[in-house]
Amino acid sequence: MSQNPTDDLRTQLLRNAMSRRGFLSAAGATGVAAGLAACGTSSSTDEAASSSETPASTESDTIVWANWTEYLDYKGKTQSYPTLERFEKESGYTVEYKEDIDDNNSFNGKVEPLLQSGQSTGYDLVTPSDSLVSEWIRKGYAAQIDYDNVPNSKNMLPALLDVSWDPGRKYSMTWQSGFTGLAWNEDKIPGGLKSVDDLWDPKLKGKVVVLSEMTDTMGLIMLSQGVDVSQPFTQEQFDAGLAVLQEQIDSGQIKQVRGNGYLQDLRNGQAWAVMGWSGDIFQLNYNPKLPSFGFALPDTGGMLWSDNLVIPTTAQNKVGAEALMDYYYDPKVAAEVAAWVNYACPVEGAREEMQKIDPELADSKWIFPTDALLEQSYVFTSLSPQEEVNYEDQFGRVTQG
Amino acid sequence: MAIAQAIGDTIEDQRTPPPDPKKRGRFTPYLLLLPGMLWLAIFFAVPLVFLFSTSLQTPVAGGEVGEFEQTFNFGNYVDTLTDEYYYVPLFRSFIYSGIATILALLIGYPLAYMIAFKSGRWRNLLLVMVIAPFFVSFLLRTIAWRQILADEGVVVGALRVVGLVGETGGIYPSALAVITGLTYNFLPFMTLPIYASLERVDPRLIEAGSDLYAKPFTGFRKITWPLSMPGVVAGTLLTFIPAAGDYVNAELLGTGKNSMIGNRIQYEFFNVRDYPTMAVLSFVLMACIFVMVLVYVRRVGSKDLV
Repeated sequence: MSQNPTDDLRTQLLRNAMSRRGFLSAAGATGVAAGLAACGTSSSTDEAASSSETPASTESDTIVWANWTEYLDYKGKTQSYPTLERFEKESGYTVEYKEDIDDNNSFNGKVEPLLQSGQSTGYDLVTPSDSLVSEWIRKGYAAQIDYDNVPNSKNMLPALLDVSWDPGRKYSMTWQSGFTGLAWNEDKIPGGLKSVDDLWDPKLKGKVVVLSEMTDTMGLIMLSQGVDVSQPFTQEQFDAGLAVLQEQIDSGQIKQVRGNGYLQDLRNGQAWAVMGWSGDIFQLNYNPKLPSFGFALPDTGGMLWSDNLVIPTTAQNKVGAEALMDYYYDPKVAAEVAAWVNYACPVEGAREEMQKIDPELADSKWIFPTDALLEQSYVFTSLSPQEEVNYEDQFGRVTQG
Repeated sequence: MAIAQAIGDTIEDQRTPPPDPKKRGRFTPYLLLLPGMLWLAIFFAVPLVFLFSTSLQTPVAGGEVGEFEQTFNFGNYVDTLTDEYYYVPLFRSFIYSGIATILALLIGYPLAYMIAFKSGRWRNLLLVMVIAPFFVSFLLRTIAWRQILADEGVVVGALRVVGLVGETGGIYPSALAVITGLTYNFLPFMTLPIYASLERVDPRLIEAGSDLYAKPFTGFRKITWPLSMPGVVAGTLLTFIPAAGDYVNAELLGTGKNSMIGNRIQYEFFNVRDYPTMAVLSFVLMACIFVMVLVYVRRVGSKDLV
């Protein structure tokens, strides 16, 4: 989601210190210190890392899964992932769960050379974002899913079935989705933000942070200029969006362009208004010590993105990975995960299951998006390799220059 | 008795003249050099060749992101070095790290001097305190500066009361914050070598100077300072070289407008995946540092650099 390794390391540290509803109730009386210790560099990760040195991953009963940090239900008290443990018990597979993806670019930098030369990456299942999945499919790094092994795939939300970069979802299944919109500190901006132009209010000068992810920041700005970014657009339209960004950076209105680190800026008052990711903001609000933060999509529309389960072509245990995908598309399991991660759930029927866990969350439009919300959100169009290089370069010249 | 005898024997042994070095082990020095040379060849020379060949590649027409073919396109160097987007951060790197080196010298020298001459029985404790920050991750310490310099932090709060900083103004992120971070992070690399040379200064030399009516400052200028030069040279090199290539401080404490060359290389590598440009920048950085160090060491003199 963000792009620089140090930012992500820091976020990881911060996130570990952060408590969530599910986590708090689980940690209970053990207190914050125990929780911190449990969350830190969890021993389960260490074990996974050490055992990966042995050729265990070639055995057919082990599944190695790379995911983002804090992206699966976690029980601090026992230092375990409850849903994952149940899967191991039911299926007989051993899962090495690794929080190895800090951001798409650096993760890809790590595994692409291996995929290119047809070697095993050590992973049977990975969870990159749309743009990277699209690239992998193009380059032939993603294995076609055998849906006979994934009967629960019928539960995938219809809206997610036909994405431009993977028509018919031959290679990927959504893990979680999220929204990119506007977030603000409610103490400082009681009225909230309604449009992207509100960010450029002179009163917020030097208190605005935007994302270093090109598709997110440019997506929101171009939408505010009336460009539908879910469809191919022209260089002129991109330039017009970039001009706004350049102007706001040069004038000092935008303090910084950041990856995951924008969260820290919000927490410590460095930033009052940001472009941010939905689940992140709700997590912040579980911390009673912080001011409350608002989140909304701009009136001109917000971005919708997904992280997807993909099996690399060189996976050692494709069948096991498919069994795992199937398991997490069981509405009951999906609801448990959604109750913890707070991102949008891709599984039909999970909402009904959520009613039993937490009725309040079942009504959250950010976890179970309403049609009205989906109409307001756009998935960034898939770019050709040339376009991607050009746009990243131009975006870099404005934000990094 | 037996022990005394044994000691006597050893002394006797040592007194016998060593065999002619020309005869014995002509190849020994080379043999001893071998592991180091191999290490350099495998982990320095070979990657350097790869990096150089990458810097001459051109993109495959209509190819994938990050797909390049081997050519001998020296134009890459011209294109990169005439582009403001690349040469500005290069200059900025040297300016920032130069300022940080001077600041570190101004802070580190008195500190090392104090520890070497004035600390008495506190010396070891003070030395540990110089090294102690290394027990905490480099990254964490840099992030801590963010909190110190944050808009809601103590420093800015105080400056705001005095009226030096406006209501929405701040000092992080800025060039000042980046240079502060660089100075802080590399200070021990400056202090320790200077301490090592100062510690070896014979205090009797200074005493003799003052006996000969040298004022304290003259004594320092004519005796202590020249004798500490090896430490100063080592310290400045150990600070300047890594600081010029550093990207963490600019990343965490600055904005895009404070990007150093390391940040640009990182962005080219991971985001644009323009590997030739990345390689060109790495090479140019290396060449610049090499020339600068050469000039510096020639001028200051490396004779006593032991």
